Formats: sequence, structure tokens, C-alpha cells
Amino acid sequence: MIAQSFNYESPATLAEAIALLNEHGDEAKVLSGGHSLIPMMKLRFATPSYLIDINRIPGLSEIVEDVDGTIHIGALVRESQLEHSELLGRHFPIFKDVTKLIADPQVRNMGTLGGNLAHGDAANDHPAVMIALRASVIITGADGERSVPIDDFFYGFYMTAIQQGEILTEIRLPVPPKGTGNAYHKLERKVGDYATSGVAVQITLDESGVVTAAGIGLTNVNPVPLRAARSEEALIGKPLSDETIELAARFASEDCSPSADLRGSEEYKRHVTGVLVKRMIKKAAERAQS
Amino acid sequence: MTRKISVTVNGTKHELEVEPRLLLVHMIREVLNMTGTHIGCDTSSCGACTILLDGKSIKSCTVLAVQADGHSITTIEGLAPEGGPLHPLQEGFKENHGLHCGFCTPGMIMRCVELLEHNNNPTEDEIRWGISGNLCRCTGYNNIVKAVQWAGAKMRGEETPSTEPEFV
Repeated sequence: MIAQSFNYESPATLAEAIALLNEHGDEAKVLSGGHSLIPMMKLRFATPSYLIDINRIPGLSEIVEDVDGTIHIGALVRESQLEHSELLGRHFPIFKDVTKLIADPQVRNMGTLGGNLAHGDAANDHPAVMIALRASVIITGADGERSVPIDDFFYGFYMTAIQQGEILTEIRLPVPPKGTGNAYHKLERKVGDYATSGVAVQITLDESGVVTAAGIGLTNVNPVPLRAARSEEALIGKPLSDETIELAARFASEDCSPSADLRGSEEYKRHVTGVLVKRMIKKAAERAQS
Repeated sequence: MTRKISVTVNGTKHELEVEPRLLLVHMIREVLNMTGTHIGCDTSSCGACTILLDGKSIKSCTVLAVQADGHSITTIEGLAPEGGPLHPLQEGFKENHGLHCGFCTPGMIMRCVELLEHNNNPTEDEIRWGISGNLCRCTGYNNIVKAVQWAGAKMRGEETPSTEPEFV
């Protein structure tokens, strides 16, 4: 399959890339890892006249921790970098969980975290993880950068807070306090499949085992990536118990809105979501205590 | 509108003029006439088109030739010198019946080059996860796993496991 003809630009600076995006408006698309966009172009679901390849812009491929306890992940950081980052591994074992379940090793050598989010697909795995970790997304335009909390980032099917002339340039994660654990799992029919359901959990426990913070994000069971807010509230301020975990799982399966497809019925997906919420809370809590 | 690119393929630099929509796999097969890299699914699922881009295994059906401008790629043709000794993975696949029809083999081997570079003594589980992006419809994968283990042993300088067939 061959994409429709397009013009290819590979700017060397962010300013140049933004200028090109402003010049070409909605005729232009940003190329990052390309593993969502190029398949869509080959199928001619996407037919941009201009492809702005941001891969040659320096400074977008680093993972660093600053003195304020924030992790900065450049938009071009590849899945394989997330998978093997020692810095991320220390605070966020969840990245090992999630990357292993995203596509396959070759795709992970190309696919980027920034692209995964900017694609705005509720079936992608990173949105739920970012919701659980309470990430901020840095979006850069001609007037500089702005920070968007992850809860305000996803608007609808393939729609995000990124406006015309803007590029997602960075993801920021607050380093969690001691006593925090996080975990992700998805049910997939085979390697590389989208999730039947996926659940990301981050949980913080104090010394007496009371939950002081919780983040729960759901993959592919809602038109937009969903924060399971009632499930989080069911946990916070109480010691973890079978009852609170059961309640959190029930709330998540009630609050999501999956659609029936070849991966299963609505009822089945709600059930799987509940099961995964329980398992991921337990796994995150285990990690918090170790 | 075409674009000039410079790509090093198996150590040889090529200056090419390509359409931006030309896929890397088509550049390799149809412009450079190197047909060792196969096109299977054309949807980044099967891994038959796997090559190394700056040493990292990627699926060349989902990368544009213009993206490789200024970079180095290695294909199956670049693994062993013409007429010279085979790469341990090539030898491993040959010795262990790691292929039947052979269509997936170049992609499978190029993927495993990177796999063994990271870890030359992988467990069976690590090999199976490592080739999870490569589909084989003949072997059932068992002999591919053995071939990779065999190649790993050879690369570690150890005695290679017996290739006598197992009857179960």
C-alpha cells in the first residue's frame, strides 16, 4: 500500500517546525515514530499534503529528573527507551509493564510516548498510564509552551488539546512519594492487539497502610481515556481491604462505557475491567510496600 | 516532488532521489534491488521486512525512505560476506531447521541480531517475547527458539547444542 503523495519537511529546530505547521494549517501532520500515522496514510485514512518530520529536532529524546522532583520525558522518547530507562524503572515500574504490552520490539524501537498520546486514541495504552501517574503534557506553539494536565488533554475520538500550529514536546511526571507503587496490565487476544480492557493504577500508602493517594486510568473501555474517579475515591483515606478493592472494581466497571466489538461484549469488557482493577490495585500496593 | 537522500546500506553509501512516500522496504527491494528483505503483511504485523536502522530492528514497511536519510541500515545481505562464513544466526537457523518455507527467515534473523546483541544468553521466554513481532506460519517456532539459542552459544564461544532431531 502506498500513501497519497505529500511534501516532506524535516525541520532542524522546533521554531521551524511550528512555523511550517502554521504555514500549512490542517494540510500538515507531524511525524514522530510514525507507527500510527504511516499505517493510516498507507490506508489513505490520513492524506496530509505536508508531513513535518520532527525526528531531526534535537533535545526531544531525553528522560531527565529535575531538582524539584519532576521527571521530564521528551516527546520523541521511544517505547524501547521507556522500557529500559533505569531512572524511570526506579520510580515507575509501570513503564516496564506497559511497554512490554505495546505492539512488539520492532515497533517499540520507533514508536514514541509523545506520538502515542498525541494520536488521541483511547485504545492506546499510555493515556491510562498518564492518568494514573497524573502527568502534564507540554504543548509548544509560536507563543511558547503551555502545560496541560492529562485530565484536560483528551477531548474525543482522535481529539486532544493540541491546537493547530502546536506540537506536543514533553511529558512531565511528578516523582511519587515513598510508599508508592504502580502497575499496568491489559487483556489482549494476541501480541500487538489493542486492549480488550487495560488498567493502570498508582497508589500511595502511609506507614499504617492507609491509602493517601490513588490514580486509576482505563484503556479502551470508553470513547476517551477514562479516569476511574469514583474508584480512586473509594480507596483514599482508608486502609486497603478486600471490601474497598471490591468497591473500586465495581465502580470502574460501572463508570466505563465500552462498546461491543470483536474483542467482546459490553458486559464482558466491564467484567474484565473490574477484574483488572482489583489485580492492579493489589500489584501496585505490593510494590508500594516493597 | 522528489528528495535527495543519502543512506548507508550494508556499509555502502547510496545517494538516491526518492519520492517522500516511498517506503523504506520498497527502496531496499526495488531501488537497490536487494530482495532478501521480504514484504509479508505490509501492515507492521508480521516482521518479514525487519531490518536494522542504526543497529535497531525496525519494520521497513512502516518507515519512509526519507526517514533513513543520513542513517545506516543493515539488511540480511549485509550479515555475512559473499562466499564467506555465515553469521552465527544464519548458521543456527540452518543447523536447527529454523525454517521451512523461509519467507519469515530474513526478518526473524535481523530481529534476533539485535536481541542477541543485548543479551547473548536469552531464556526461551526472552526469545519468544523477543520475536513476538515476527510471524512464522511453518515451524511452530520451536526450532527458531533452538536456532537462536544455538547462535547465542556460538557467539559466547561455547559448545553449540546438539542439533539431533527430537522425537516426541
